[in-house]
Amino acid sequence: MDKTSRRLYKLFIYVALLALAVSIIVPVGWVFLASIKENSEFYGNPWAMPKGVYIQNFIDAFAEARMGDYFMNSVIVTALALLLLLVLALPAAYVLARYRFPGSKLCNIMFMGGLFINVNYIVVPIFLMFVDGDRWLNQVIGKGFFLNNLFIVALVYASTALPFTIYLLSGFFITIPKDYEEAAFVDGCGYWRTMIQVMMPMARPSIITVILFNFLSFWNEYIISMTLLTGEEQTLPVGLMRLMQAQQAAANYGRLYAGLVIVMLPVLILYICVQKKLTEGMSLGGLKG
Amino acid sequence: MKSKRGKNGFIAVCILPSVILFIIFMLIPTVNVFKMSMYKWGGFSNNKTFVGMNNFKILFQDDKFYRSFQNSILLIVLVTIVTMAFALIFAAILSREKIKGQNFFRIIFYIPNILSVVVISAIFSAIYDPNQGLLNSILSVFRAKDAAPILWLGNQRLVVYSLVIAMVWQAIGYYMVMYMASMAGVPESLYESANLEGAGKIYQFFHITLPLIWTNVRTTLTFFIISTINLSFLFVQAMTSGKPDGASEVFLSYMYGQAYTNSSYGYGMAIGVVVFLFSFGLAGLVNLVTKREPLEF
Repeated sequence: MDKTSRRLYKLFIYVALLALAVSIIVPVGWVFLASIKENSEFYGNPWAMPKGVYIQNFIDAFAEARMGDYFMNSVIVTALALLLLLVLALPAAYVLARYRFPGSKLCNIMFMGGLFINVNYIVVPIFLMFVDGDRWLNQVIGKGFFLNNLFIVALVYASTALPFTIYLLSGFFITIPKDYEEAAFVDGCGYWRTMIQVMMPMARPSIITVILFNFLSFWNEYIISMTLLTGEEQTLPVGLMRLMQAQQAAANYGRLYAGLVIVMLPVLILYICVQKKLTEGMSLGGLKG
Repeated sequence: MKSKRGKNGFIAVCILPSVILFIIFMLIPTVNVFKMSMYKWGGFSNNKTFVGMNNFKILFQDDKFYRSFQNSILLIVLVTIVTMAFALIFAAILSREKIKGQNFFRIIFYIPNILSVVVISAIFSAIYDPNQGLLNSILSVFRAKDAAPILWLGNQRLVVYSLVIAMVWQAIGYYMVMYMASMAGVPESLYESANLEGAGKIYQFFHITLPLIWTNVRTTLTFFIISTINLSFLFVQAMTSGKPDGASEVFLSYMYGQAYTNSSYGYGMAIGVVVFLFSFGLAGLVNLVTKREPLEF
């Protein structure tokens, strides 16, 4: 290649890269700017800069649109689901990777098969199961338990994330040499201590990957929570959807964009802190709901 | 050695909770999907009547189902082709060229993937807004002054393409990072000798990079099919809810609408079964068609 054509080629590459970057930065940045605009500023040129910082949008979103409550709900559900998931999946993954027992093959096949079941297909049967359960409980103790319960939502999140998490973690445990455990046994460690104090610390990188991916999917999930939480209590994305619908009826733009910022900001901050781990972890997992 | 009972107890305590929860929340609901698809079951009354294959018979005469079928196929094909092309090109650029701010671009391109589909839907609703939207305001530069605003989400023919743009925007970064990871495994020496022979960049891409990461590309094809079916549901639910007049209905949004909103559980589950089998059939077919002898390097 001669010099001019090489220059042109480089130019083309930078233009392409910048075009894609702009197409991502502009809409996201625009939401942040729009969230501090007054309602009247939305009529007219959408590219105009905000005239001032109109914090009232956030106050409205938190108080009137109840985004503050939804935020807390999302925090509770996400934290609980992550905790449940780790407590359940870590021992299961370790045992499946290390021990042969009657039914171990069946368990492996079952969880592998679970990778292909998407929650979108089974969310209605799960909902109906809870409807039945609540109907039965209503007759016995006079009130329902399963629907509109944040703990149940977290339990469903954790359960449906099990196959992928176990697949990822046991894939890691298999790679650790058996010598570590043998040494631990010789030193007099029991099965439990070996697992918790020897093996789990070594699995830290993949545990972090698991936490990151599942945090994102739990925090952003809305089909399950929309279906199972039918009352006033909602998670953040469903609350945002309600804001979107409300905005169509009564043009309350500022509040909607403030809500968007509230949903986006924690994820963006986390991403900036851990982006390297996240994209590295992807090649480890390489699967997505 | 440790006692046998202690070992068995340890294994049981570790594995049983996961297995039980998996059976309750994944296995039984999946079995129920198939079982319920053979019942006529509506509303909260417990009137289930076994109708065998009848739900499927109704399904294959349902115009609305065919429309959702058409939309889903269109989305799968377009989103896959466009996303894959972009993701491959950008992955090749970022991993083969010396670029200033390479890290910056990689970080930015991945952002859409971490955002909730609801957030992306809200952003794109704002972009597509007929009166105050960004897209129409850009286009107004090129159009006549009093031209009617384009209804990106309100026009029956445009709405699916508007969805395609949002979905591609969301997916490029994810697949790009994935292709980059496998391109990093292609040995540098191949490119060096290609350079010596005077092969151009585009030639190198099609004759070295692409064949060597082909296994990875094949895997992502399966991902594309399955995730487009799932993600299109999330996008439709948050962005259009099937409007206008069912023009943006896709497989799973139609299923959800029938089963949850409309409470025709049996019929909804029959749709689920057909979509489930269809997606696996399609993935298997694509897998078969794209089979090549794996190249070693």
